[in-house]
Amino acid sequence: MTQQIINDLTIQAATVNGSGSQTANLILTRAIFHMGIPVAPKNVFPSNIEGLPTWYQLRVTPEGHMARSDKVDILVAFNVATWHQDLKTVRPGGVVIHEEVFSTADVRSDVTYYPVPFSKLAKSKIQNDTLRKQLANMIYVGVVAGVLGIPMEALEHGVKRQFLTKPKAVQLNVDAIKVGYDYWQDNFSKQDPYRLEPMTGMVEGKVLVEGNQAAALGALMGGVTVAAWYPITPSSSVCENLIAYSERFRTDPKTGEKLISIVQAEDELAAVGMAIGAGWAGARAMTSTSGPGISLMAEFAGLAYYAEVPVVIFDIQRIGPSTGLPTRTSQADVAFAFTLSHGDTRHIVLLPGTVEECYEFARDAFDYSDRFQTPVFMLSDLDLGMNLWMTPEFKYPDKPFDRGKVLSKEDLERLAGQWGRYQDVDSDGVPYRTLPGTDHPAAGYFTRGSGHDEFARYTENADAYARNMDRLGRKLETARQMLPAPLIDESTKSPVGLIAFGSTHAAVVEAREALAAAGKPVDYMRVRALPLSDEVAAFVSRHERVYVVEQNRDGQVYDLVRLALPADLVARVHSIRHYNGQPIPAVAITEPLQQMEAVPA
Amino acid sequence: MSTTVNRVGLPRDAYKGAATTLCAGCGHNSITNHMIKALYELGVEPHRLAKMSGIGCSSKTPAYFVESAHGFNGVHGRMPSLTTGAQLANRQLIMLGVSGDGDSASIGLGQFMHMIRRNIDCTYIIEDNGTYGLTKGQFSATADLGSVQKKGAVNTFQPIDPCAVALTLGCSFIARSFSGDGKQVVPLIKAAIAHRGTAIIDIISPCVTFNDHDGSTKSYSWVKDHEESIADVSFIPFFEEVHVDYEPGTTRDVELHDGSHIILKKLGEDHDPSDRRAAMRVIEEGRAAGHLVTGLLYLDTTMADFATTENIPQRPLRDLGEAELRLSRDDFAQFMSEFA
Repeated sequence: MTQQIINDLTIQAATVNGSGSQTANLILTRAIFHMGIPVAPKNVFPSNIEGLPTWYQLRVTPEGHMARSDKVDILVAFNVATWHQDLKTVRPGGVVIHEEVFSTADVRSDVTYYPVPFSKLAKSKIQNDTLRKQLANMIYVGVVAGVLGIPMEALEHGVKRQFLTKPKAVQLNVDAIKVGYDYWQDNFSKQDPYRLEPMTGMVEGKVLVEGNQAAALGALMGGVTVAAWYPITPSSSVCENLIAYSERFRTDPKTGEKLISIVQAEDELAAVGMAIGAGWAGARAMTSTSGPGISLMAEFAGLAYYAEVPVVIFDIQRIGPSTGLPTRTSQADVAFAFTLSHGDTRHIVLLPGTVEECYEFARDAFDYSDRFQTPVFMLSDLDLGMNLWMTPEFKYPDKPFDRGKVLSKEDLERLAGQWGRYQDVDSDGVPYRTLPGTDHPAAGYFTRGSGHDEFARYTENADAYARNMDRLGRKLETARQMLPAPLIDESTKSPVGLIAFGSTHAAVVEAREALAAAGKPVDYMRVRALPLSDEVAAFVSRHERVYVVEQNRDGQVYDLVRLALPADLVARVHSIRHYNGQPIPAVAITEPLQQMEAVPA
Repeated sequence: MSTTVNRVGLPRDAYKGAATTLCAGCGHNSITNHMIKALYELGVEPHRLAKMSGIGCSSKTPAYFVESAHGFNGVHGRMPSLTTGAQLANRQLIMLGVSGDGDSASIGLGQFMHMIRRNIDCTYIIEDNGTYGLTKGQFSATADLGSVQKKGAVNTFQPIDPCAVALTLGCSFIARSFSGDGKQVVPLIKAAIAHRGTAIIDIISPCVTFNDHDGSTKSYSWVKDHEESIADVSFIPFFEEVHVDYEPGTTRDVELHDGSHIILKKLGEDHDPSDRRAAMRVIEEGRAAGHLVTGLLYLDTTMADFATTENIPQRPLRDLGEAELRLSRDDFAQFMSEFA
């Protein structure tokens, strides 16, 4: 037997959508995490309720790599429809656990097979008729545990954690896992090099959170009181989690009243309209959607920009154009969201790169939105939003809400009613507003998406229009200075730098380790907001070659970076793009980078 | 010098707005005046009023009354969603939406219907002239089949009747009137404001520039010749005593949520506004006879409005602070630990 491979492997479970396999995969994930081993699960699922193939990749590394791997070490082949294709993905020397009845004619000879009669075992060993199909998936959890040496204690923990709210289901599932575990013990001897062993020092203080859970918690901590949404993958779980968390944390124990209203709107137009109406009336308001919804929200986004109404818009990006691949990830809405709507419209865009930032940026988005009286876009993606990520526990906020420049009745009395809704009193482009319901005769003003002057009066005056647009430009410039700054690591002193954002971060971290190990370390800047910081040009000026890495075809942020540079720096910037809908693996960075670096400029 | 004031101490002028920029003689201007009268007489506090609108001639009118109130002139056909959000943020606000037939029956039909479905607490006035005025006279979706454009084009499509649509959706307050009939419009507006839920008033409002000619069924002369009122409408606000001086058997008294009363005096018909099927029959019979049936068509005071259904507190959500909105430190720590 070759040398043991410990805690460094990728399991791929190929199953059928809607069969209960996701529960099995999550139990396996939680069991391994419970052993102290870092996990990075990626769920590759179809746009389908039941029947189409689905894959779950569970990557385990001692370093805690979070990006997708392009190599499969252990295949669990549960789906006959994809069996031959799945077999090709296994690396030489890998393991194939498969349903015994699958044809093994013409199969590879460079992998270890563990054929298991899953169907027969399910029929003979699982007594519960209604749950047999679901529980059959647990059998493969048991087999994988046998192959890799996952202790039963860890598996039981995983089951209990998964069925927190359904304790009755625990024993049924544990029993089904034992069926697989026993079958492996009774029928096989270890033929492969892969093993899992308990670790310490990597997962302590860490939790497993989906980005959409983090965003929902962030919104709650940010004080959202009105949320309107229309169901769409992969953003639905933002508001679904918000509903669940609000049931628990936003219900007045004395009266039973809800301190939030979450409305399932008739479409995305209404969803964003409700959020803007609520933002106008002074609530912290949000909507969440994905690409097609963002397209529908374009007109309203312009109204909120021009009339200066706070609203937070979550875009959990998926592949476009059009319907695209609804269950595949992408970073291709960035340029569109940044200038969403006709005319000279430009928005604040937050680019969380970790689930911790999904929480923090979601929370702080409401401050930015109130402070700058403008829409704030939170651009997450399917990979970040719907997969579980290992993360340090989130921090409790250390500052109160920033409600921005709101004039109260007392303020208006002090000003003797003299104020103008769109006057730039503080020379920062940010005007003062009043909220409907403010009991002062000077409080009211007319909000409109048509031309207006400093006092919110309708005007078609050329100078008044230009003055207002210039002020809006100044306002965004003020905001730009206060948004989350890029995170920069120039410790390698390399002449080469990477720029990335969002969920690409995980692959960049791993790629940098690989490049450093190969003697080619690179610096790194992760941008976290649009409009881009001045730090971007400074970073480029300190490097000879800079590669912008992103998950879209057109190099959208590559373009924005070049626009932010003085002409003499533009040629230093190059583009690395990944856009097949699968989360970017590290090799999609290291390989093109090494190729481009090998060619003299 | 003495100035007459209403119950909240404001003169009628406090309910005026900027000078209208609509055409002289526009029916919408009459409705603006009816609105001023209704709001003044009701004693609505301007700071509690939120004037909402979409896009079009009608949607400009909120600038022409109660200047000191907040107003929001949004995007075309989307006033209902803005109103919904604002109402949730602060349910103490009195939401008054002004829309048109293009804004409500064409581009905004979806939001119009879903607002009714949710029973958002707002008064929703449709200034209905059957035409697109601002873009110079195209037919709207409420134009009657066979009606003629100023330049001679004939409308070949069935009209959408906002009242019939509202009725099928279970709208809790449905009325129709005519901009020239202040005696009917003013009490209907007052009643709509007192009503807790979506109150639709479809007010036929002739467009003097593009739709006030012989071939139009929304001209002054056509409406005057064809209007058939189902009852005289009187409104008695909650702060006045009810004195019914009509003969018993000829009136119907309906109490609204805030203690106000609508008194309906029978005309030719014995229409019961709590009977949905009767309301549909009145609309249908009017259409078949070529009459414009006006008055309070339907009223249901039992249906919960959206903010009540949502079970949000009476105090505005927008006023809640960190202490109520954030998880406590203990809850937060407990919640985070559950992700382990």
